[in-house]
Amino acid sequence: MNFPVLSLIVFTPMVAAVLILLMPAEKRNETRALALAAATFALLLSIWIYATYLIRGLSGYQFVEEYEWLPALGLKLIFGVDGMSAPLVLLTGIVMFTGVLISWGIDDPHTPTGIQERPREFFAFLFILASGVFGVFASLDLFMLFFFYEIAVFPMYLLIVIWGWVVTREYAAMKLTLYLFIGSVISLVGALAMYFQSGMNTFDMRLLEQANFPTEFQIFWFLPVFLGFAVLGGIWPFHNWSPDGHVAAPTAVSMFHAGVLMKLGAFAALRVGIMLLPEGAKYWSWLIMTLAAIGVVYGAYIAFVQTDFKYMVGFSSVSHMGLVMLGFSTLTREGLLGSGIQMFSHGVMTALFFAVVGMVYDRAHTREIPELEGMHKVMPFASIGFIIGGLVSMGMPGFSGFVAEFPIFMGVWKTQWFVAVITSISIVITAGYIMRNVRMVFFGEIPEKFHGHLPPLTFMDELAIVFLCLFMVGLGLFPSLMVPMVQTGVDHILNLLGGA
Amino acid sequence: MNLISVLPEILILAIGILILIVEPFWKPEDRHGLGWLTAGGLVLTALVSLLFGRPSAPELVWGGMLRFDWLGFFFKMLFLFGGAATVLFLMGVEQINRRGEVYVLLLASLLGMNLMVSSANLVMLYLAIETTSIPLYVLAGFLRTDDKSTEAGFKYLLFGVMASAVMLYGFSLLVGFSGTTDMYAMVEALRRSGLPLFSVIGVILLLLVGFGFKVAAVPFHFWAPDVYEGAPTPIAGFLSTASKAAAFVVLLRVFLVLFPLEAVQWSLVLAILAALTMTLGNLLALAQKNIKRLLAYSSIAHAGYVLIGVAAISTESGEFFAFSISSVAFYLLVYLVTNLLAFGVVITYYRVVGSDDIPAYNGLSWRHPWLALALLAALLSLAGMPPFGGFIAKVVIFAAAIKVGLIWLAVVGVLNSIVGLYYYLIVLKHVYLYRNEALEGQPLPIPGPYAIALVVLALGVLLLGTVFGPWFSLAEGAAAAFF
Repeated sequence: MNFPVLSLIVFTPMVAAVLILLMPAEKRNETRALALAAATFALLLSIWIYATYLIRGLSGYQFVEEYEWLPALGLKLIFGVDGMSAPLVLLTGIVMFTGVLISWGIDDPHTPTGIQERPREFFAFLFILASGVFGVFASLDLFMLFFFYEIAVFPMYLLIVIWGWVVTREYAAMKLTLYLFIGSVISLVGALAMYFQSGMNTFDMRLLEQANFPTEFQIFWFLPVFLGFAVLGGIWPFHNWSPDGHVAAPTAVSMFHAGVLMKLGAFAALRVGIMLLPEGAKYWSWLIMTLAAIGVVYGAYIAFVQTDFKYMVGFSSVSHMGLVMLGFSTLTREGLLGSGIQMFSHGVMTALFFAVVGMVYDRAHTREIPELEGMHKVMPFASIGFIIGGLVSMGMPGFSGFVAEFPIFMGVWKTQWFVAVITSISIVITAGYIMRNVRMVFFGEIPEKFHGHLPPLTFMDELAIVFLCLFMVGLGLFPSLMVPMVQTGVDHILNLLGGA
Repeated sequence: MNLISVLPEILILAIGILILIVEPFWKPEDRHGLGWLTAGGLVLTALVSLLFGRPSAPELVWGGMLRFDWLGFFFKMLFLFGGAATVLFLMGVEQINRRGEVYVLLLASLLGMNLMVSSANLVMLYLAIETTSIPLYVLAGFLRTDDKSTEAGFKYLLFGVMASAVMLYGFSLLVGFSGTTDMYAMVEALRRSGLPLFSVIGVILLLLVGFGFKVAAVPFHFWAPDVYEGAPTPIAGFLSTASKAAAFVVLLRVFLVLFPLEAVQWSLVLAILAALTMTLGNLLALAQKNIKRLLAYSSIAHAGYVLIGVAAISTESGEFFAFSISSVAFYLLVYLVTNLLAFGVVITYYRVVGSDDIPAYNGLSWRHPWLALALLAALLSLAGMPPFGGFIAKVVIFAAAIKVGLIWLAVVGVLNSIVGLYYYLIVLKHVYLYRNEALEGQPLPIPGPYAIALVVLALGVLLLGTVFGPWFSLAEGAAAAFF
């Protein structure tokens, strides 16, 4: 057995959370430093996993570790990543690291930025969340996937309700938690049904993939399982929790939420829904495609009419996650490849968007787009970062968004050309609202009332922005850093789908 | 061999006698030690029984009165644990912690529970149930100066006696039909007697009234909120956990032994009862403003979840599933630890603040982050969230239902757990979000016995939810002892 790097990365945030809770409450900067150290460690591990997978040209499930958990029921702890999940592990590392940077802030009594209220509890809950996310991406056992999935869901409630935006936090936090919990328990019923149907007394997904469930069984259970997870993936019409949740959450949590958690839903829907029930996926792909296509256009359109900066970004996430689902629904090589990359690309991009929104809001105390102007003069880094993110979002060549969206549309074109035509409208709308925002928020003159009130970005903030941009540009210029790897994951899925 | 089989009971009796002997010799201000003596004695009892009193193959002892098996033993250990925790919590309640009779009554009730879970004879069973109940009636009304407590004790007594009488009537019918009081010989006797379907259903209903009352299942639940609210809180915690678990074991034993009889779909009856109990318990909990009442309704809902497992034991084909029994045993184990932790936090907080209203919990996380965290663990475990025990317990219960094809019941349970999550989160919102500036700076002292009990219970909730292999095998062992 190799060095247990995956279990290390899953439990690092958990252990860090306990250590952070043990710190005295008044040692705020020490607490943050500890959090940053843990996040850096996790980031390095995730980069190591990714790089090893890429450089060695691996395929299939790698870094596998197996531990007995509950032998009577065949529950095991099985860690492992493939070409689909390795980029997502890296994504989690990135967002965790930048999230901690963004939350550091300055403790200025007039314009406090970042997290100044109870940072100890904040980082502890955030890390428990991160642990759950790592756990889902790295799990090859169906039960273990649910275990970590739920761990990722519940800290969200506290993170939003305590540190969120005062106006809507109680409503949004409850709505989000209940939506996600409903989705996951419905999937859980489906998963238990699979367990008993297979008769193999195991939750090992590598074995369940080969279980060949009867077609009627697959058709019956695919929808509950897939949609249950897709709720967290923000699929229309179950996306409702997501913009409210994004807006109410504090910056680092929005980053996690839109950047990683929504991928969690999409990833679990892929791994459990499509990979374990491929016949069901084929049968229902038209429905998933319809819902996803509506989500893509609808999300973009609603984002276009928002005047609240953060709601705009929130709905743009719905639109972009719709693209991921759209790619899944094609069940083709191109579509799945694009979705795999889009999950990473959108994760980094939206994390950057929310980071910028948070920085603007912390300083200007408003998110109304018409009231903001000239932010470029105060925070050039944020403005350039937002522009790069915007270009990714529009799918501009040379940025990661293009590498992701182009194959998705190719896949959709191959399956249903008119869906490709309709959904490509969203690119135009996206370009519209991104450019309008860049002009209105970042350029122009700083309004009178903001003179002298806007502290510049901290070093930590700038570092986070640069770091995130690096990945978006890097992937755009060198697609070969990710495409071959995701390709191996897609090949495996296509095998399960019967070589379609 | 006969003596070994009642080793825990003998030791419990010895502790009780010891308490009665030493109490008059101790000065009133030293009588705090009585609690340590009881709790320590119970822990010691558990250890000694684990070392020397383990059962091997199931056998009938004491002239067929008791059945010495893993099922009984598993729950005896659980009750000793719950009893010790309850004693620790009693030690901080000012009006009663220096009174020896409180501890003796609690021990008597524990003794009854231990006999309840191993009874193999209807007469013995009835005696055990009454030995458990009568001390609990007294304990519920122990705070004589408190009207609510007196009311609770009296209410519990009236309803309890009524339910007992109905149950006893059911027993007498059984004995009359079969001509024997031995539960294990009764099946054959009943088969031979060619009992008409109508009378079987009648007997089931009578027994269900009795057991339904003990486990607080709908529609026999209405005593629970009033009694829990009025009784001294440690006693309420004990009632809602150990006493309920004991009744479930009896329910399992009686029904499994008595009703492999054809023609009655008691699985369906129990499934409907389970669905009603969960739904009503959860819906009524939504409206509660007092945390003890909230926990009371939540414990009604949890009785419903356990009933899912009981209903899943038998399907239409009349086949029994060991997996369902293990799931029930495991759920009861997790529920006992979790609910005791929840009540423990309520007791600790009430001692300082003097209020059980949910809004009184505002600002708790600022005042004492660790106590808040303990409440978080307890409530999330009750809601069924990992990494706490409640998650895996719910998963196995639902799995049991799905395995025998009761998918509709699993779905009802799943929907119910969402409702449950909602009201537990409301409490956590008060704990974590709302502030109470006036109280936040003040200390929140936690007495030694409380600290011990809370830490052990919190670790228990966490361990049950993460390293569940060994615990579940224990539950499996208990289930295997049935056959």
